Amino acid sequence: MTNNDEGAGIMSAPSRVPGQSTRREEWLRRRRRKAIIIAVVSTVVTFGGLAWLITSSSGWPKVKTIFFNGERFKEDFPEILGYLWVDVKLFLQTAPFILMWGLVIALCRNTRNPVLFPLRAFAAVYTDFFRGVPIILTIYLVGFGIPKLGLLEGDFHFLGFGGNWTSPYLWGPIALVLAYSAYVAEVFRSGIEGVHESQRAGARSLGLSHSQTMRHVVLPQAARRVVPPLMNDLLSLQKDVALLSVLGIIEVFRRATSIKDLTGNFTPLVAAAVIFLALTIPETRLVDWYTNRQRRRTGGSQVV
Amino acid sequence: MKRQILATAAMVGLLLAACGDDDTTTSSDTTAAADTTIAATDTTTPTADTTGATGGDAKACAEGKTLKAGQLTIATGDPAFPPYVLDDAPESGEGFEAAVALAVAKELGFEGKVDWVRTSFDTAVAGSDSTNDFNLQQFTINDERKQVVSFSDPYYTANQAVLGYTDGPGKDVTKLSDLKSLRLGAAAGTTSLQFILDVIKPDAEPFAFNSNADAKTALDNKQIDAIITDLPTGLYISAVEIEGTKVFGQFPIDAGGAGDQWGLLLTKDNPLTECTNLAIANLTASGELATITDKWMGEWSDAPTLSKD
Repeated sequence: MTNNDEGAGIMSAPSRVPGQSTRREEWLRRRRRKAIIIAVVSTVVTFGGLAWLITSSSGWPKVKTIFFNGERFKEDFPEILGYLWVDVKLFLQTAPFILMWGLVIALCRNTRNPVLFPLRAFAAVYTDFFRGVPIILTIYLVGFGIPKLGLLEGDFHFLGFGGNWTSPYLWGPIALVLAYSAYVAEVFRSGIEGVHESQRAGARSLGLSHSQTMRHVVLPQAARRVVPPLMNDLLSLQKDVALLSVLGIIEVFRRATSIKDLTGNFTPLVAAAVIFLALTIPETRLVDWYTNRQRRRTGGSQVV
Repeated sequence: MKRQILATAAMVGLLLAACGDDDTTTSSDTTAAADTTIAATDTTTPTADTTGATGGDAKACAEGKTLKAGQLTIATGDPAFPPYVLDDAPESGEGFEAAVALAVAKELGFEGKVDWVRTSFDTAVAGSDSTNDFNLQQFTINDERKQVVSFSDPYYTANQAVLGYTDGPGKDVTKLSDLKSLRLGAAAGTTSLQFILDVIKPDAEPFAFNSNADAKTALDNKQIDAIITDLPTGLYISAVEIEGTKVFGQFPIDAGGAGDQWGLLLTKDNPLTECTNLAIANLTASGELATITDKWMGEWSDAPTLSKD
């Protein structure tokens, strides 16, 4: 930049003064403001109208007493909230094992050596089975069925975990790990297979073995791709721990239905829904944020 | 025998279906409606053990209100089973409901003038049964049924009870606090679960199962040490469903967790209803009802009352 240029700039004001916006920028700003105002008005009118329609309908008082009973909510919400820790704890206990076991299954399925065909077959049958069976069935089968065998009795202690060998707090999470790892394995597998063949070929041509290629070339790239779908699976796991209530575990959902059975009012279930939402909505937003950031970084198309 | 078990299972199923929506308010207003002037005319009642002037009320009240003059027709289930009726022979008065029925009959002035008939549970609660003056086969009083039939005041309120394997960890339970160290289970949505959470407050996490059937599975699997259920269900499970189990005891009503209430079932707006209420009130006041209950639902059923603390 020269002195001349600077002088010319000052003289040709007001077209470009630092801190002052151009006419185009102002037009854009005006247009944005207008769009916001229209969106707000439209939203208020739509939802206000809907709210008015719903609350003025003849069935509304009944809906309100059965689903949105203020008194019941005040009484039941703290009681149900007290069981949130059970859900969170079950999630934290199962999630790491699901990730590990899922990766193992995916790697089994990706072996190339003919000697290891049984492993590949096992992984295929495993994912077919557990993805094809309702999770609640797996939970019932494992949670009530295995203790019925009576093979193990008494207490166990293992790495800070402990309890009775027959406990639903042991077999329930195991059932979830078995079922969910099948889904997670498929996510890992698609991640691994999504790494372009040339990467693998390039690594092999550099003299890396199959396992070295896996560890240093394929998995690091796959890991980045699988994070968003994995987070999705973990999100649904957070809700599905409620399924363990069929084994008798008292958690948010079970406590809520018990109160509903005694009072005949569905408000406790609405309270339980609020609790789950408070947990999952931030998680959903986190997943969305991460997915978008990932897309920007890898230069993919963006949805704004 | 198989038919009997099936019928029994169907009945208990119905009983359980009635859980959760039982109505604890009873028609006390009918008692208040008793005509005191009739009581004055009937002081010559021959029954020596009736207490107070109200003793005559029921008898005078019932006069002319039965199906057959001078006879009282009482219905029960087919088959009737212990501990409610022993040997399917209600006329003997052996068994809880047989004894209650005969005591009520006596209060109403029909001692020795009772006919027994049998009806199915379903027909009776549907309100389409006019073969009898009143029916008793563990009918839980609830609002839905009150639409089509009338109930007397309750003659029984189900206590909470603890059930487990005869040789299991619950066998030495004598008081409520003994249960604290056990792994307990109950069916979700029952007064029994509420009883565990509010009254027993066990040290280990209790379990709430979808149904009594799942609770039984868990007990069978030794996943829990004992089931909390109401006494009639507990007696049924131990007698018919899981071999080797037993009801270790029942909790007194004042420990909390009162369950279903059973009433005599009459046709809708039967004028005899208020007379049966008087009879039950008399039996309650004289302590006879408590004696009958203790004898059959406690002693005979081998379900001792546990101490509250």
